[in-house]
Amino acid sequence: MAADTIEIRWHGRGGQGTVTAAKVLADACLSGGKHVQAFPEYGPERAGAPLRAYNRISTKPLRIHCPVTNPNIIAVVDATLIDSINVAEGAADDAIFVINTSKDPKEIREKMKLKETQKVFTVDATKIALETIGRPLPNSCMLGALAKASGIVDLDTLLEDVKGSFGSKFSEKIINANLEATRRGYEEVKEG
Amino acid sequence: MGKRIAITGNFAIAEAMRQINPDVCAAYPITPSTQIMEKFSTFVADGKVDTELVTVESEHSAMSACIGASAAGGRVMTATSSQGLALMWEMLHIASGMRLPVVMTLVNRALSAPINIHGDHSDGMGARDCGWIQLWSENAQEAYDNLIQAIRIAEHDDIRLPAMVCMDGFIISHSIESMEMLPDDVVRDFIGEFKPKHPLLDIENPVTYGPLVLPDYFMEFKRQQHEAMLHVKDVVLEVAKEFQKISGRSYGLFETYRLEDAELAIVVLNSAAGTCKDVIDEYRDKGVRVGLLKPRLFRPFPYEEVAEALSGAKVIAVLDRAESFGGFGPMFMEISAAMLTNGSKPLMINKIYGLGGRDFMPEHAAVVIDEMKEVAETGKVKILKDYLGVRE
Repeated sequence: MAADTIEIRWHGRGGQGTVTAAKVLADACLSGGKHVQAFPEYGPERAGAPLRAYNRISTKPLRIHCPVTNPNIIAVVDATLIDSINVAEGAADDAIFVINTSKDPKEIREKMKLKETQKVFTVDATKIALETIGRPLPNSCMLGALAKASGIVDLDTLLEDVKGSFGSKFSEKIINANLEATRRGYEEVKEG
Repeated sequence: MGKRIAITGNFAIAEAMRQINPDVCAAYPITPSTQIMEKFSTFVADGKVDTELVTVESEHSAMSACIGASAAGGRVMTATSSQGLALMWEMLHIASGMRLPVVMTLVNRALSAPINIHGDHSDGMGARDCGWIQLWSENAQEAYDNLIQAIRIAEHDDIRLPAMVCMDGFIISHSIESMEMLPDDVVRDFIGEFKPKHPLLDIENPVTYGPLVLPDYFMEFKRQQHEAMLHVKDVVLEVAKEFQKISGRSYGLFETYRLEDAELAIVVLNSAAGTCKDVIDEYRDKGVRVGLLKPRLFRPFPYEEVAEALSGAKVIAVLDRAESFGGFGPMFMEISAAMLTNGSKPLMINKIYGLGGRDFMPEHAAVVIDEMKEVAETGKVKILKDYLGVRE
């Protein structure tokens, strides 16, 4: 893939808001003036089943229409997936991993046997979600962590689009809790 | 100018329908086109459009209601996919035979059996001979732009035929992409007011639609339908020119990409064309003269223009996302027929790809280009019709 395009692969489980996270990220990058794509891997939708979603973010119009096979960024919304599937499959040599876990980045790096050139970021997004939103919905927090780890979108633009993604159907309390989760993800993500 | 948004293909179509604001929309939603009607029905419920939304019990009824509403004098739209289009088949011929400018979005999906909900072109290709104009779209932007232009084309005085706008199921219908949406008033001014011709509701001037016509006149009716189709090319170009003025985006009968000096040419419809363009750039960087032709207007098919555009190619690979069991892919047959009109005699190969939503990857485009290179060097075609990415 050309250097002007960043490809992202999300790993989550049905019901965690992973597809929504990819959509919000696309909106935020669009607001930042980029060309964007966001799409899930289409299959039977079942709560709890492993799923993938993808983003492409580019300074040029995007013409390619197929799944991402060599991602620059891998976001793992559910760390239990690391034990069951190879989330590093096809990852670029300089790929950035952003993982929702309470574990230290070093521990994850060793466990996943990642290359020295690949970067690992961890954030306890589920804990932050429970403390802010009150439910184990890690996607808002993951967006904040991914924005910090990758630098593809600034925090203010992201917060605007997280807010916008809730539309008018949700209470201010829920929206503010998600904004707080996004902010904490941005601030608390650890590199190692 | 328009507003840049990130939106799925289905929602882009629903927004275009909101802007077009048809008089009647009769529909029976089916995957992957369901979200079009889901979204459009919210526009109806919220009073954003004046449309009479008719919820019916099948696609056959949906098209029947569209036909009735169009003959009565309304601007009429619907959307469907796959089995839905198959169930409409009988009524598709009636819409075109009665010269009713119904405009439909077809979100392309495979046909059963075995059951499959994913994108391929079997449905649209199966409707090739139904007398409908067909415009095909690479992405959400093109689907949106094509739908707006289809209104003008179908309703044009020289044409008065139904039109369908095709886009790939899931790959485009369910993927979010950035595109530009035109302002509502610009779209409304562009499509103008619908002027019905001989409407059934004009009770002062009673007319009959679809009467019995026996062998003494039936062929004249069919000949007239073909004549009307022959006007479509000019109108498509005329409407495209005007559309460019409001959008800045240019459309033709087909799109060519790096084709002018190409020895090797790929012909492919819809979303796979975009993937091919990226791979063509990589091969061009290596000095391989390869280009692409992506048909937009498939019915009527612009044979002479396509042949002219492809006349410099030594080898042409036609990629079909539909099967004709025991025959070549439907696009291959059209391109073969086109190349007969100018006698340039290229070597041709046919690749069937992506059936039932099988991913079309950049590697597949590379395989095709490599094979074309070999055919050009040896002057020999090893396998005329073959498959991409299939287990043997």
